[in-house]
Amino acid sequence: MRLTQGCFSFLPDLTDEQIAAQVQYALSKGWAVNLEFTDDPHPRNTYWEMWGLPMFDLQDAAGVMMELNECRKIYGDRYIRLSAFDSSHGWESVRLSFIVNRPKDEPGFRLDRQESDGRNMRYTTRAYSADKPEGRRYGG
Amino acid sequence: MDATATTPNGDDAPPARVDLRAEFNEVGIGEVLDQLDRELVGLKPVKTRIREIAALLLVERLRKRMGLATGNPTLHMSFTGNPGTGKTTVALRIASILHKLGFVRRGHVVSVTRDELVGQYIGHTAPKTKEVLKKAMGGVLFIDEAYYLYRPENERDYGQEAIEILLQVMENQRDDLVVILAGYADRMEKFFQSNPGFRSRIAHHIDFPDYTDGELLTIAEGMLNEQNYHFAPEAKAAFERYIGIRKTQPLFANARSIRNALDRIRLRQANRLIADLDRSLTAEDIMTIEAGDVLASRVFGKEDGRDR
Ligand SMILES: Nc1ncnc2c1ncn2[C@@H]1O[C@H](COP(=O)(O)OP(=O)(O)O)[C@@H](O)[C@H]1O
Ligand SMILES: [Mg+2]
Repeated sequence: MRLTQGCFSFLPDLTDEQIAAQVQYALSKGWAVNLEFTDDPHPRNTYWEMWGLPMFDLQDAAGVMMELNECRKIYGDRYIRLSAFDSSHGWESVRLSFIVNRPKDEPGFRLDRQESDGRNMRYTTRAYSADKPEGRRYGG
Repeated sequence: MDATATTPNGDDAPPARVDLRAEFNEVGIGEVLDQLDRELVGLKPVKTRIREIAALLLVERLRKRMGLATGNPTLHMSFTGNPGTGKTTVALRIASILHKLGFVRRGHVVSVTRDELVGQYIGHTAPKTKEVLKKAMGGVLFIDEAYYLYRPENERDYGQEAIEILLQVMENQRDDLVVILAGYADRMEKFFQSNPGFRSRIAHHIDFPDYTDGELLTIAEGMLNEQNYHFAPEAKAAFERYIGIRKTQPLFANARSIRNALDRIRLRQANRLIADLDRSLTAEDIMTIEAGDVLASRVFGKEDGRDR
């Protein structure tokens, strides 16, 4: 099941050229671009690992693409996302975030139902891949 | 559907003929080259070399357009010359020329020395060097006194790590940035001897000669003019003498020494004006540097120990 988080996730994966164009747009707005990776695909997982520090004061997307390619070399079997942070007053938040790398196989999520008091139902989603320990989830 | 597949119809085939003048006008380097001639005093050999490089790149651009180009040319350069001979200033102009010709995407200059590239402990250098490289991408990376990267007397020097990363990027990412190494000619020569990897990656060596006394005077007058000042006739004669003496003294740095001398002269002129508060001043008074403002300099051998 293809993970859909962040922008563009219902489109086919962006090519590197398309990613670079998005990065250039972010840089032209003065946003700091950041790379993160994880192998826990749960939508509520906010603890992605940072790949180095956010990149400030870049003029050209080539610098970000260089880091992305290095990140892929090591964590190419995981999810990598790119986000652009706007530090200007009043925004001070992420303006753009999208997945730039995903595992080859994405087994998806299981829906667990728990029958509780009365006729109440509690639902929880569990990523099949998260059954394995961190770092071994996608055959890496 | 494959968007990259094109058929060799009339629209996609390279043009059989190109109009050189149209191309020249379109990229607008004529203006940058003329500005270089106008605004920078002297530097004849440097200006000639830059015109040659610009011509080469314009032709390269046409070759690309006609489908004759064989990959992007190497554009890394070395600027050698004494301090204050205009290396940094020219690097800014080169960046703008490269940008107009489409050989760098943004045209900015990131200027660094060893300290910004080399770290203090193990594992510190690579991220530091990469950080600088990332900022320079799309433009020009200007490394001042590049030979300090190489310290053979210390075999564990972290400079070596920076050198290796630089060489790799200079080779593999030629489309992404242009590197200019700058410094004294003799030390740079030694640096290239010990680091042949750099020499082989550098396409253009440009030597910056020292300025003549006459050129330094013209530079001084230009700098004053920019700030709405000018020499009184005797002040000009005094400044000519100043140049002659200052050149023989230690730490002389060509045009930079001139800029610094003028800063101090303006200070003395202001003090002279302020000394008489009851006087009414014309614009001419405020713009004029008098001989005394120049002659009070320590360079003329007055005993006063302050840096004047
Ligand atoms: N040919 C020139 N004409 C006018 N000003 C110059 C010229 N060359 C250098 N300068 C001025 O001298 C100062 C030092 O020049 P810079 O380019 O920093 O020298 P370098 O990098 O070789 O040490 C700058 O303020 C620059 O504007
Ligand atoms: Mg300089």
